Amino acid sequence: MTDTLLQTKNLQAWYGESHILHGIEFSVPKGQIVTLLGRNGAGKTTTLRSIMGLVKNRTGSVVHEGTETIKLASNQIAKRGIAYCPEERGIFSSLNVKENLQLPPVIADGGMSEERVYELFPILKTRGNSQGTKLSGGEQQMLAIARILRTGAQLLLLDEPTEGLAPVIVQQIGEIIKRLKDEGFTILLVEQNFRFAERMGDVHYVIEHGEVVDRFERAEIANNREKITGYLGV
Amino acid sequence: MTDTTKTDFNRAGEAKAGTASTSGAAAVLTDIRLWSAIGIVVLLILPHYVYPVMIAKVLCFALFAAAFNLLLGFAGLLSFGHAAFFGMSAYVTGYCLQSLGFTAELGILAGTAAGALLGLAMGLLAIRRQGIYFAMITLALAQMVYFVALQAPFTGGEDGLQGVPRRDLFGIIDMSSNMNVYYLVLGVFCIGLFIVYRTVHSPFGQVLKSIRENEPRAISLGYDADRYKLMAFVLSAALSGLAGSTKVMVFQLASLTDIQWQMSGEVVLMAVLGGIGTMVGPLVGATIIITLQNELAQIGSVSTIVQGAVFVFCVLAFRRGIVGEIKHRWTTWRGRS
Repeated sequence: MTDTLLQTKNLQAWYGESHILHGIEFSVPKGQIVTLLGRNGAGKTTTLRSIMGLVKNRTGSVVHEGTETIKLASNQIAKRGIAYCPEERGIFSSLNVKENLQLPPVIADGGMSEERVYELFPILKTRGNSQGTKLSGGEQQMLAIARILRTGAQLLLLDEPTEGLAPVIVQQIGEIIKRLKDEGFTILLVEQNFRFAERMGDVHYVIEHGEVVDRFERAEIANNREKITGYLGV
Repeated sequence: MTDTTKTDFNRAGEAKAGTASTSGAAAVLTDIRLWSAIGIVVLLILPHYVYPVMIAKVLCFALFAAAFNLLLGFAGLLSFGHAAFFGMSAYVTGYCLQSLGFTAELGILAGTAAGALLGLAMGLLAIRRQGIYFAMITLALAQMVYFVALQAPFTGGEDGLQGVPRRDLFGIIDMSSNMNVYYLVLGVFCIGLFIVYRTVHSPFGQVLKSIRENEPRAISLGYDADRYKLMAFVLSAALSGLAGSTKVMVFQLASLTDIQWQMSGEVVLMAVLGGIGTMVGPLVGATIIITLQNELAQIGSVSTIVQGAVFVFCVLAFRRGIVGEIKHRWTTWRGRS
Protein backbone atom coordinates (compact mmCIF):
# COMPACT_ATOMS: atom_id res chain seq x y z
CA MET A 1 0.00 0.00 0.00
CA THR A 2 1.55 3.34 -1.06
CA ASP A 3 1.01 6.57 0.84
CA THR A 4 -1.16 9.13 -0.85
CA LEU A 5 0.63 12.46 -1.16
CA LEU A 6 -2.18 14.43 -2.79
CA GLN A 7 -5.87 13.78 -3.12
CA THR A 8 -8.61 15.86 -4.71
CA LYS A 9 -12.31 15.36 -4.04
CA ASN A 10 -15.15 17.07 -5.85
CA LEU A 11 -12.78 19.79 -7.09
CA GLN A 12 -14.76 22.45 -8.91
CA ALA A 13 -13.45 25.62 -10.53
CA TRP A 14 -14.80 28.60 -12.39
CA TYR A 15 -13.33 31.29 -14.65
CA GLY A 16 -15.84 34.08 -14.24
CA GLU A 17 -19.19 32.62 -15.24
CA SER A 18 -17.67 29.57 -16.91
CA HIS A 19 -17.80 26.40 -14.86
CA ILE A 20 -14.62 24.55 -15.86
CA LEU A 21 -14.09 21.71 -13.36
CA HIS A 22 -17.11 19.66 -12.34
CA GLY A 23 -15.85 17.59 -9.44
CA ILE A 24 -12.40 16.26 -10.28
CA GLU A 25 -11.35 13.33 -8.10
CA PHE A 26 -8.02 11.56 -8.15
CA SER A 27 -5.11 10.73 -5.91
CA VAL A 28 -1.35 10.90 -6.32
CA PRO A 29 0.65 8.20 -4.50
CA LYS A 30 4.00 9.23 -3.07
CA GLY A 31 6.97 8.61 -5.34
CA GLN A 32 4.91 7.90 -8.44
CA ILE A 33 4.20 9.68 -11.69
CA VAL A 34 0.53 10.34 -12.25
CA THR A 35 -0.62 11.74 -15.58
CA LEU A 36 -3.73 13.71 -16.43
CA LEU A 37 -4.73 13.03 -20.02
CA GLY A 38 -7.39 14.69 -22.10
CA ARG A 39 -8.19 16.78 -25.12
CA ASN A 40 -7.68 20.54 -25.38
CA GLY A 41 -10.01 22.38 -23.03
CA ALA A 42 -10.80 19.32 -20.94
CA GLY A 43 -9.64 21.08 -17.76
CA LYS A 44 -6.19 19.57 -17.20
CA THR A 45 -4.32 22.85 -16.76
CA THR A 46 -7.16 24.28 -14.68
CA THR A 47 -6.84 21.27 -12.39
CA LEU A 48 -3.16 22.01 -11.78
CA ARG A 49 -3.85 25.71 -11.34
CA SER A 50 -6.64 24.92 -8.88
CA ILE A 51 -4.39 22.64 -6.84
CA MET A 52 -1.83 25.45 -6.81
CA GLY A 53 -4.41 28.03 -5.72
CA LEU A 54 -4.04 30.09 -8.88
CA VAL A 55 -7.73 29.77 -9.71
CA LYS A 56 -9.44 31.93 -7.12
CA ASN A 57 -12.94 30.59 -7.60
CA ARG A 58 -12.68 26.96 -6.60
CA THR A 59 -14.42 24.59 -4.19
CA GLY A 60 -14.08 20.99 -3.09
CA SER A 61 -11.13 19.41 -1.40
CA VAL A 62 -7.40 19.21 -2.11
CA VAL A 63 -5.57 17.32 0.61
CA HIS A 64 -1.78 17.36 0.68
CA GLU A 65 -0.07 15.11 3.20
CA GLY A 66 -3.22 15.04 5.30
CA THR A 67 -3.78 18.81 5.26
CA GLU A 68 -6.62 20.54 3.45
CA THR A 69 -5.19 23.23 1.14
CA ILE A 70 -8.27 24.46 -0.73
CA LYS A 71 -8.49 27.61 1.41
CA LEU A 72 -4.77 28.39 1.35
CA ALA A 73 -3.17 31.17 -0.70
CA SER A 74 -0.96 30.13 -3.58
CA ASN A 75 2.30 31.05 -1.86
CA GLN A 76 1.28 29.05 1.22
CA ILE A 77 0.54 26.03 -0.96
CA ALA A 78 3.98 26.38 -2.55
CA LYS A 79 5.53 26.53 0.91
CA ARG A 80 3.97 23.16 1.72
CA GLY A 81 6.26 21.60 -0.87
CA ILE A 82 4.23 21.69 -4.06
CA ALA A 83 5.95 23.22 -7.09
CA TYR A 84 4.26 24.16 -10.33
CA CYS A 85 5.92 24.36 -13.73
CA PRO A 86 3.41 26.11 -16.02
CA GLU A 87 2.81 25.39 -19.67
CA GLU A 88 4.12 28.81 -20.72
CA ARG A 89 7.21 28.14 -18.54
CA GLY A 90 7.09 31.54 -16.86
CA ILE A 91 10.75 32.40 -17.28
CA PHE A 92 11.47 35.91 -16.00
CA SER A 93 12.77 37.74 -19.04
CA SER A 94 14.62 40.50 -17.20
CA LEU A 95 16.66 37.94 -15.26
CA ASN A 96 19.39 35.75 -16.71
CA VAL A 97 19.56 31.98 -16.30
CA LYS A 98 21.63 32.17 -13.12
CA GLU A 99 19.31 34.75 -11.57
CA ASN A 100 16.24 32.72 -12.54
CA LEU A 101 17.80 29.78 -10.72
CA GLN A 102 18.65 31.86 -7.66
CA LEU A 103 15.20 33.37 -7.37
CA PRO A 104 13.06 30.58 -5.88
CA PRO A 105 12.81 30.56 -2.09
CA VAL A 106 13.93 27.50 -0.13
CA ILE A 107 10.74 25.99 1.21
CA ALA A 108 12.14 22.70 2.50
CA ASP A 109 15.41 20.87 2.99
CA GLY A 110 16.62 19.05 -0.07
CA GLY A 111 16.47 21.89 -2.57
CA MET A 112 18.97 21.19 -5.31
CA SER A 113 22.22 23.14 -5.32
CA GLU A 114 23.22 24.95 -8.49
CA GLU A 115 25.90 22.34 -9.12
CA ARG A 116 23.35 19.56 -8.87
CA VAL A 117 21.02 21.43 -11.24
CA TYR A 118 23.84 21.87 -13.76
CA GLU A 119 24.59 18.17 -13.47
CA LEU A 120 20.99 17.38 -14.43
CA PHE A 121 20.82 20.11 -17.08
CA PRO A 122 24.37 20.67 -18.39
CA ILE A 123 23.13 23.00 -21.13
CA LEU A 124 22.04 25.56 -18.51
CA LYS A 125 25.59 25.93 -17.23
CA THR A 126 26.76 27.20 -20.59
CA ARG A 127 23.87 29.66 -20.76
CA GLY A 128 24.28 31.15 -17.26
CA ASN A 129 24.49 34.80 -18.32
CA SER A 130 21.88 34.62 -21.10
CA GLN A 131 18.60 36.43 -20.56
CA GLY A 132 15.69 34.08 -19.97
CA THR A 133 13.99 34.98 -23.23
CA LYS A 134 17.11 34.36 -25.31
CA LEU A 135 16.88 30.61 -24.67
CA SER A 136 15.44 28.02 -27.01
CA GLY A 137 12.13 26.37 -26.12
CA GLY A 138 13.89 23.27 -24.78
CA GLU A 139 16.31 25.32 -22.70
CA GLN A 140 13.44 27.37 -21.29
CA GLN A 141 11.62 24.19 -20.33
CA MET A 142 14.72 22.81 -18.63
CA LEU A 143 15.19 26.09 -16.78
CA ALA A 144 11.55 26.07 -15.69
CA ILE A 145 11.90 22.55 -14.27
CA ALA A 146 15.32 23.30 -12.77
CA ARG A 147 13.94 26.36 -11.03
CA ILE A 148 11.29 24.44 -9.11
CA LEU A 149 13.82 21.79 -8.12
CA ARG A 150 15.77 24.48 -6.27
CA THR A 151 12.94 24.99 -3.76
CA GLY A 152 13.08 21.58 -2.13
CA ALA A 153 9.48 20.75 -3.10
CA GLN A 154 8.77 17.03 -3.34
CA LEU A 155 5.58 17.19 -5.41
CA LEU A 156 6.09 18.58 -8.91
CA LEU A 157 3.17 19.66 -11.07
CA LEU A 158 4.37 19.69 -14.69
CA ASP A 159 2.06 21.18 -17.29
CA GLU A 160 2.77 19.87 -20.80
CA PRO A 161 6.57 19.93 -20.49
CA THR A 162 7.03 18.59 -24.03
CA GLU A 163 4.77 21.00 -25.85
CA GLY A 164 6.37 22.44 -28.98
CA LEU A 165 9.72 20.73 -28.46
CA ALA A 166 11.82 18.74 -30.92
CA PRO A 167 11.76 14.92 -30.44
CA VAL A 168 15.33 14.82 -29.20
CA ILE A 169 14.54 17.39 -26.51
CA VAL A 170 11.35 15.53 -25.59
CA GLN A 171 13.49 12.45 -25.05
CA GLN A 172 15.87 14.39 -22.79
CA ILE A 173 12.99 15.82 -20.76
CA GLY A 174 11.59 12.30 -20.41
CA GLU A 175 14.89 10.99 -19.09
CA ILE A 176 15.07 13.81 -16.58
CA ILE A 177 11.52 13.14 -15.34
CA LYS A 178 12.34 9.45 -14.89
CA ARG A 179 15.50 10.34 -13.02
CA LEU A 180 13.55 12.66 -10.73
CA LYS A 181 11.12 9.84 -9.97
CA ASP A 182 14.04 7.55 -9.16
CA GLU A 183 15.30 10.18 -6.72
CA GLY A 184 11.97 10.10 -4.85
CA PHE A 185 10.07 13.01 -6.38
CA THR A 186 6.34 12.64 -6.90
CA ILE A 187 5.13 14.03 -10.21
CA LEU A 188 1.71 15.04 -11.45
CA LEU A 189 2.08 15.37 -15.20
CA VAL A 190 -0.39 16.96 -17.60
CA GLU A 191 0.19 15.80 -21.15
CA GLN A 192 -1.46 15.75 -24.55
CA ASN A 193 1.37 13.74 -26.02
CA PHE A 194 0.07 10.27 -25.14
CA ARG A 195 3.13 8.40 -26.38
CA PHE A 196 5.25 10.41 -24.00
CA ALA A 197 2.76 10.16 -21.14
CA GLU A 198 2.38 6.38 -21.37
CA ARG A 199 6.14 5.93 -21.04
CA MET A 200 6.26 8.16 -17.97
CA GLY A 201 3.12 7.49 -15.95
CA ASP A 202 2.43 4.85 -13.31
CA VAL A 203 -1.22 5.85 -13.17
CA HIS A 204 -3.22 7.70 -15.83
CA TYR A 205 -6.43 9.66 -15.35
CA VAL A 206 -8.49 10.75 -18.33
CA ILE A 207 -10.33 14.07 -18.01
CA GLU A 208 -13.26 15.12 -20.17
CA HIS A 209 -15.38 18.23 -19.74
CA GLY A 210 -13.93 18.93 -16.30
CA GLU A 211 -14.47 15.43 -14.90
CA VAL A 212 -12.34 12.33 -14.48
CA VAL A 213 -13.91 9.76 -16.78
CA ASP A 214 -11.43 6.90 -16.54
CA ARG A 215 -8.35 5.63 -14.78
CA PHE A 216 -5.67 3.21 -15.95
CA GLU A 217 -2.69 1.64 -14.25
CA ARG A 218 0.45 1.35 -16.35
CA ALA A 219 -0.16 -2.41 -16.84
CA GLU A 220 -3.66 -1.76 -18.17
CA ILE A 221 -2.57 0.53 -20.99
CA ALA A 222 -1.83 -2.21 -23.52
CA ASN A 223 -5.31 -3.72 -23.29
CA ASN A 224 -7.06 -0.34 -23.37
CA ARG A 225 -5.06 1.48 -26.01
CA GLU A 226 -7.99 1.83 -28.38
CA LYS A 227 -10.22 3.19 -25.65
CA ILE A 228 -7.62 5.75 -24.55
CA THR A 229 -6.88 6.95 -28.06
CA GLY A 230 -10.62 7.32 -28.49
CA TYR A 231 -10.76 9.58 -25.44
CA LEU A 232 -7.88 11.66 -26.71
CA GLY A 233 -8.95 11.68 -30.37
CA VAL A 234 -5.54 10.57 -31.62
CA MET B 1 10.02 37.28 7.17
CA THR B 2 10.39 33.58 7.77
CA ASP B 3 13.64 31.77 8.34
CA THR B 4 13.29 29.92 5.10
CA THR B 5 13.24 33.17 3.14
CA LYS B 6 16.32 34.32 5.01
CA THR B 7 18.05 31.18 3.92
CA ASP B 8 17.11 31.89 0.37
CA PHE B 9 18.43 35.44 0.61
CA ASN B 10 21.70 34.16 2.00
CA ARG B 11 21.95 31.58 -0.73
CA ALA B 12 21.29 34.15 -3.43
CA GLY B 13 23.72 36.53 -1.77
CA GLU B 14 26.47 33.94 -1.78
CA ALA B 15 25.77 33.11 -5.35
CA LYS B 16 25.86 36.80 -6.21
CA ALA B 17 29.28 37.08 -4.61
CA GLY B 18 30.36 34.24 -6.85
CA THR B 19 29.00 36.00 -9.89
CA ALA B 20 30.80 39.19 -9.05
CA SER B 21 34.09 37.39 -9.20
CA THR B 22 33.70 36.65 -12.87
CA SER B 23 35.61 38.98 -15.16
CA GLY B 24 32.56 40.29 -17.04
CA ALA B 25 30.67 41.25 -13.93
CA ALA B 26 33.79 42.76 -12.38
CA ALA B 27 34.26 44.93 -15.45
CA VAL B 28 30.71 46.22 -15.13
CA LEU B 29 31.26 46.89 -11.46
CA THR B 30 34.41 48.84 -12.22
CA ASP B 31 32.49 50.85 -14.79
CA ILE B 32 29.79 51.69 -12.29
CA ARG B 33 32.35 52.72 -9.71
CA LEU B 34 34.23 54.80 -12.26
CA TRP B 35 31.12 56.58 -13.46
CA SER B 36 29.89 57.14 -9.93
CA ALA B 37 33.23 58.67 -8.97
CA ILE B 38 33.18 60.96 -12.02
CA GLY B 39 29.60 61.99 -11.22
CA ILE B 40 30.43 62.77 -7.58
CA VAL B 41 33.51 64.81 -8.55
CA VAL B 42 31.43 66.83 -11.04
CA LEU B 43 28.74 67.43 -8.42
CA LEU B 44 31.36 68.50 -5.87
CA ILE B 45 32.81 71.07 -8.25
CA LEU B 46 29.57 72.23 -9.91
CA PRO B 47 28.31 74.68 -7.21
CA HIS B 48 31.41 76.81 -7.80
CA TYR B 49 30.11 77.50 -11.31
CA VAL B 50 26.31 77.16 -10.99
CA TYR B 51 24.00 78.63 -8.35
CA PRO B 52 24.10 75.96 -5.58
CA VAL B 53 20.41 76.30 -4.64
CA MET B 54 19.44 75.47 -8.21
CA ILE B 55 21.53 72.25 -8.24
CA ALA B 56 20.35 71.35 -4.75
CA LYS B 57 16.77 71.63 -6.00
CA VAL B 58 17.61 69.32 -8.91
CA LEU B 59 19.17 66.79 -6.54
CA CYS B 60 16.14 66.85 -4.21
CA PHE B 61 13.80 66.17 -7.11
CA ALA B 62 16.18 63.62 -8.62
CA LEU B 63 16.06 61.69 -5.33
CA PHE B 64 12.28 62.00 -5.34
CA ALA B 65 12.15 60.68 -8.92
CA ALA B 66 14.59 57.86 -8.05
CA ALA B 67 12.32 56.83 -5.16
CA PHE B 68 9.33 56.86 -7.48
CA ASN B 69 11.31 54.95 -10.09
CA LEU B 70 12.12 52.24 -7.54
CA LEU B 71 8.42 51.56 -7.26
CA LEU B 72 7.40 51.91 -10.90
CA GLY B 73 10.54 50.75 -12.67
CA PHE B 74 11.40 47.79 -10.50
CA ALA B 75 8.17 46.78 -8.77
CA GLY B 76 5.81 47.78 -11.59
CA LEU B 77 3.55 49.87 -9.32
CA LEU B 78 2.36 53.19 -10.72
CA SER B 79 1.53 55.50 -7.83
CA PHE B 80 -0.22 58.81 -8.39
CA GLY B 81 0.08 59.80 -4.77
CA HIS B 82 3.78 60.24 -4.13
CA ALA B 83 3.35 63.97 -3.44
CA ALA B 84 1.76 62.93 -0.13
CA PHE B 85 5.07 61.50 1.13
CA PHE B 86 7.19 64.31 -0.31
CA GLY B 87 4.88 67.03 1.03
CA MET B 88 4.03 65.54 4.43
CA SER B 89 7.71 64.93 5.17
CA ALA B 90 8.44 68.53 4.18
CA TYR B 91 5.81 69.72 6.67
CA VAL B 92 7.06 67.46 9.45
CA THR B 93 10.68 68.53 8.94
CA GLY B 94 9.62 72.19 8.72
CA TYR B 95 7.62 71.90 11.94
CA CYS B 96 10.40 70.07 13.76
CA LEU B 97 12.98 72.68 12.76
CA GLN B 98 10.74 75.70 13.30
CA SER B 99 8.68 74.83 16.36
CA LEU B 100 10.55 72.03 18.11
CA GLY B 101 14.06 73.31 17.55
CA PHE B 102 15.39 70.03 16.12
CA THR B 103 18.86 70.00 14.60
CA ALA B 104 19.04 69.56 10.81
CA GLU B 105 19.73 65.83 10.82
CA LEU B 106 16.98 65.10 13.36
CA GLY B 107 14.51 67.18 11.38
CA ILE B 108 15.35 65.26 8.22
CA LEU B 109 15.12 61.94 10.02
CA ALA B 110 11.73 62.88 11.50
CA GLY B 111 10.45 63.84 8.04
CA THR B 112 11.74 60.60 6.54
CA ALA B 113 10.11 58.56 9.30
CA ALA B 114 6.83 60.40 8.69
CA GLY B 115 7.06 59.53 4.98
CA ALA B 116 7.71 55.87 5.80
CA LEU B 117 4.79 55.68 8.26
CA LEU B 118 2.45 57.36 5.82
CA GLY B 119 3.72 54.97 3.14
CA LEU B 120 2.95 52.02 5.41
CA ALA B 121 -0.59 53.25 6.07
CA MET B 122 -1.31 54.04 2.41
CA GLY B 123 0.46 50.93 1.17
CA LEU B 124 -1.56 48.60 3.39
CA LEU B 125 -4.71 49.87 1.71
CA ALA B 126 -3.49 50.42 -1.86
CA ILE B 127 -1.41 47.27 -2.33
CA ARG B 128 -4.53 45.10 -2.43
CA ARG B 129 -5.28 46.36 -5.93
CA GLN B 130 -3.30 46.46 -9.17
CA GLY B 131 -2.88 48.64 -12.25
CA ILE B 132 -5.18 51.62 -12.65
CA TYR B 133 -7.06 50.78 -9.44
CA PHE B 134 -3.83 50.97 -7.47
CA ALA B 135 -3.00 54.32 -9.11
CA MET B 136 -6.47 55.70 -8.33
CA ILE B 137 -6.38 54.57 -4.68
CA THR B 138 -2.99 56.23 -4.16
CA LEU B 139 -4.31 59.41 -5.79
CA ALA B 140 -7.41 59.42 -3.59
CA LEU B 141 -5.41 58.81 -0.41
CA ALA B 142 -2.95 61.55 -1.39
CA GLN B 143 -5.85 63.97 -1.83
CA MET B 144 -6.97 63.13 1.71
CA VAL B 145 -3.47 63.92 2.96
CA TYR B 146 -3.61 67.18 0.98
CA PHE B 147 -6.83 68.07 2.77
CA VAL B 148 -5.18 67.41 6.13
CA ALA B 149 -2.26 69.65 5.13
CA LEU B 150 -4.73 72.37 4.15
CA GLN B 151 -6.74 72.19 7.38
CA ALA B 152 -4.35 71.08 10.12
CA PRO B 153 -3.17 73.85 12.46
CA PHE B 154 0.53 72.97 12.34
CA THR B 155 0.87 73.27 8.54
CA GLY B 156 0.08 76.96 8.22
CA GLY B 157 -2.86 76.42 5.87
CA GLU B 158 -2.50 78.11 2.49
CA ASP B 159 0.61 80.00 3.62
CA GLY B 160 2.46 76.83 4.50
CA LEU B 161 5.49 76.93 6.77
CA GLN B 162 7.64 79.87 5.76
CA GLY B 163 11.03 80.97 6.96
CA VAL B 164 11.94 77.54 8.35
CA PRO B 165 15.31 78.00 10.06
CA ARG B 166 18.29 76.09 8.74
CA ARG B 167 19.43 74.58 12.03
CA ASP B 168 23.02 73.47 12.44
CA LEU B 169 23.91 69.96 11.34
CA PHE B 170 24.69 67.82 14.41
CA GLY B 171 24.46 71.11 16.30
CA ILE B 172 27.92 72.16 15.10
CA ILE B 173 28.01 72.62 11.32
CA ASP B 174 26.54 75.93 10.23
CA MET B 175 23.82 75.47 7.61
CA SER B 176 23.10 79.12 6.96
CA SER B 177 25.28 79.22 3.84
CA ASN B 178 23.88 77.88 0.57
CA MET B 179 27.12 76.03 -0.11
CA ASN B 180 26.90 74.02 3.12
CA VAL B 181 23.26 73.18 2.47
CA TYR B 182 24.20 72.06 -1.03
CA TYR B 183 26.82 69.63 0.28
CA LEU B 184 24.31 68.29 2.80
CA VAL B 185 21.82 67.71 -0.02
CA LEU B 186 24.53 66.09 -2.14
CA GLY B 187 25.39 63.71 0.70
CA VAL B 188 21.75 62.81 1.25
CA PHE B 189 21.25 62.33 -2.50
CA CYS B 190 24.25 59.98 -2.76
CA ILE B 191 23.06 57.94 0.22
CA GLY B 192 19.52 57.76 -1.19
CA LEU B 193 20.71 56.70 -4.63
CA PHE B 194 23.03 54.11 -3.09
CA ILE B 195 20.09 52.64 -1.16
CA VAL B 196 18.08 52.41 -4.40
CA TYR B 197 21.03 50.80 -6.20
CA ARG B 198 21.63 48.23 -3.47
CA THR B 199 17.92 47.44 -3.28
CA VAL B 200 17.57 46.91 -7.00
CA HIS B 201 20.67 44.70 -7.17
CA SER B 202 19.84 42.62 -4.10
CA PRO B 203 17.90 39.32 -4.02
CA PHE B 204 14.98 41.44 -2.77
CA GLY B 205 15.24 43.49 -5.97
CA GLN B 206 15.24 40.32 -8.08
CA VAL B 207 12.04 39.19 -6.39
CA LEU B 208 10.51 42.61 -7.08
CA LYS B 209 11.42 42.29 -10.76
CA SER B 210 9.90 38.82 -10.90
CA ILE B 211 6.67 40.14 -9.35
CA ARG B 212 6.62 43.00 -11.87
CA GLU B 213 6.99 40.57 -14.76
CA ASN B 214 4.72 37.74 -13.69
CA GLU B 215 3.12 38.08 -10.29
CA PRO B 216 1.17 34.77 -10.29
CA ARG B 217 4.38 32.93 -11.16
CA ALA B 218 6.31 34.60 -8.34
CA ILE B 219 3.49 33.75 -5.92
CA SER B 220 3.37 30.13 -7.03
CA LEU B 221 7.12 29.91 -6.39
CA GLY B 222 6.28 30.66 -2.77
CA TYR B 223 6.71 34.44 -2.48
CA ASP B 224 4.17 36.56 -0.65
CA ALA B 225 3.95 39.19 -3.40
CA ASP B 226 1.87 41.64 -1.36
CA ARG B 227 4.45 41.72 1.39
CA TYR B 228 7.26 42.44 -1.08
CA LYS B 229 5.23 45.15 -2.80
CA LEU B 230 4.44 46.74 0.55
CA MET B 231 8.11 46.74 1.51
CA ALA B 232 8.98 48.41 -1.80
CA PHE B 233 6.17 50.93 -1.33
CA VAL B 234 7.33 51.88 2.17
CA LEU B 235 10.95 52.17 1.05
CA SER B 236 9.91 54.37 -1.86
CA ALA B 237 7.76 56.51 0.45
CA ALA B 238 10.62 56.88 2.94
CA LEU B 239 13.03 57.99 0.20
CA SER B 240 10.43 60.41 -1.17
CA GLY B 241 10.11 61.75 2.36
CA LEU B 242 13.88 62.11 2.58
CA ALA B 243 13.76 64.17 -0.62
CA GLY B 244 10.94 66.35 0.73
CA SER B 245 12.78 66.92 4.00
CA THR B 246 16.01 68.01 2.32
CA LYS B 247 14.00 70.31 0.06
CA VAL B 248 12.84 72.18 3.18
CA MET B 249 16.46 72.69 4.18
CA VAL B 250 17.14 74.21 0.76
CA PHE B 251 14.13 76.54 0.41
CA GLN B 252 13.21 76.98 4.09
CA LEU B 253 9.62 76.47 2.99
CA ALA B 254 6.98 73.74 3.10
CA SER B 255 3.84 74.59 1.17
CA LEU B 256 0.76 73.09 -0.44
CA THR B 257 2.67 72.97 -3.76
CA ASP B 258 4.73 70.12 -2.30
CA ILE B 259 1.70 68.01 -1.50
CA GLN B 260 -0.79 68.70 -4.27
CA TRP B 261 -1.55 66.22 -7.05
CA GLN B 262 0.46 68.18 -9.65
CA MET B 263 3.59 67.23 -7.74
CA SER B 264 2.67 63.55 -8.11
CA GLY B 265 2.31 64.15 -11.87
CA GLU B 266 5.62 65.99 -12.03
CA VAL B 267 7.56 63.11 -10.53
CA VAL B 268 5.97 60.72 -13.04
CA LEU B 269 7.11 63.11 -15.78
CA MET B 270 10.69 63.21 -14.48
CA ALA B 271 10.95 59.43 -14.16
CA VAL B 272 9.40 58.69 -17.57
CA LEU B 273 11.45 61.36 -19.31
CA GLY B 274 14.73 60.10 -17.84
CA GLY B 275 13.95 56.42 -18.28
CA ILE B 276 11.90 54.05 -16.16
CA GLY B 277 13.94 51.27 -14.60
CA THR B 278 17.30 53.04 -14.96
CA MET B 279 19.51 54.40 -12.19
CA VAL B 280 20.58 57.67 -13.84
CA GLY B 281 17.26 58.35 -15.61
CA PRO B 282 15.57 60.15 -12.70
CA LEU B 283 18.55 62.52 -12.35
CA VAL B 284 18.40 63.36 -16.08
CA GLY B 285 14.61 63.74 -16.00
CA ALA B 286 14.72 65.97 -12.92
CA THR B 287 17.49 68.11 -14.42
CA ILE B 288 15.50 68.69 -17.62
CA ILE B 289 12.21 69.47 -15.89
CA ILE B 290 13.70 71.76 -13.23
CA THR B 291 15.86 73.58 -15.79
CA LEU B 292 12.87 74.06 -18.06
CA GLN B 293 10.77 75.38 -15.18
CA ASN B 294 13.52 77.80 -14.19
CA GLU B 295 14.34 79.01 -17.70
CA LEU B 296 10.72 79.40 -18.72
CA ALA B 297 9.55 80.98 -15.45
CA GLN B 298 9.40 84.46 -16.97
CA ILE B 299 6.92 83.45 -19.68
CA GLY B 300 4.37 82.41 -17.06
CA SER B 301 1.80 79.69 -17.59
CA VAL B 302 2.93 79.13 -21.20
CA SER B 303 5.87 77.27 -19.68
CA THR B 304 3.64 74.28 -18.92
CA ILE B 305 2.74 74.08 -22.64
CA VAL B 306 6.42 74.06 -23.57
CA GLN B 307 7.06 71.47 -20.86
CA GLY B 308 4.24 69.34 -22.25
CA ALA B 309 5.57 69.65 -25.81
CA VAL B 310 9.05 68.58 -24.67
CA PHE B 311 7.51 65.61 -22.89
CA VAL B 312 5.48 64.55 -25.93
CA PHE B 313 8.57 64.89 -28.16
CA CYS B 314 10.72 62.86 -25.79
CA VAL B 315 8.13 60.12 -25.39
CA LEU B 316 7.76 59.86 -29.18
CA ALA B 317 11.48 60.03 -29.92
CA PHE B 318 12.76 58.11 -26.88
CA ARG B 319 10.16 55.53 -26.00
CA ARG B 320 12.29 54.17 -23.18
CA GLY B 321 13.15 57.61 -21.82
CA ILE B 322 16.39 59.41 -22.59
CA VAL B 323 18.73 57.22 -20.54
CA GLY B 324 16.72 54.09 -21.32
CA GLU B 325 17.02 54.74 -25.05
CA ILE B 326 20.75 55.41 -24.86
CA LYS B 327 21.23 52.24 -22.82
CA HIS B 328 19.16 50.22 -25.29
CA ARG B 329 21.04 51.51 -28.35
CA TRP B 330 24.38 50.96 -26.64
CA THR B 331 23.44 47.37 -25.79
CA THR B 332 22.23 46.72 -29.34
CA TRP B 333 25.39 48.24 -30.81
CA ARG B 334 27.62 46.16 -28.52
CA GLY B 335 25.64 43.08 -29.45
CA ARG B 336 26.30 43.67 -33.14
CA SER B 337 29.99 44.55 -32.84
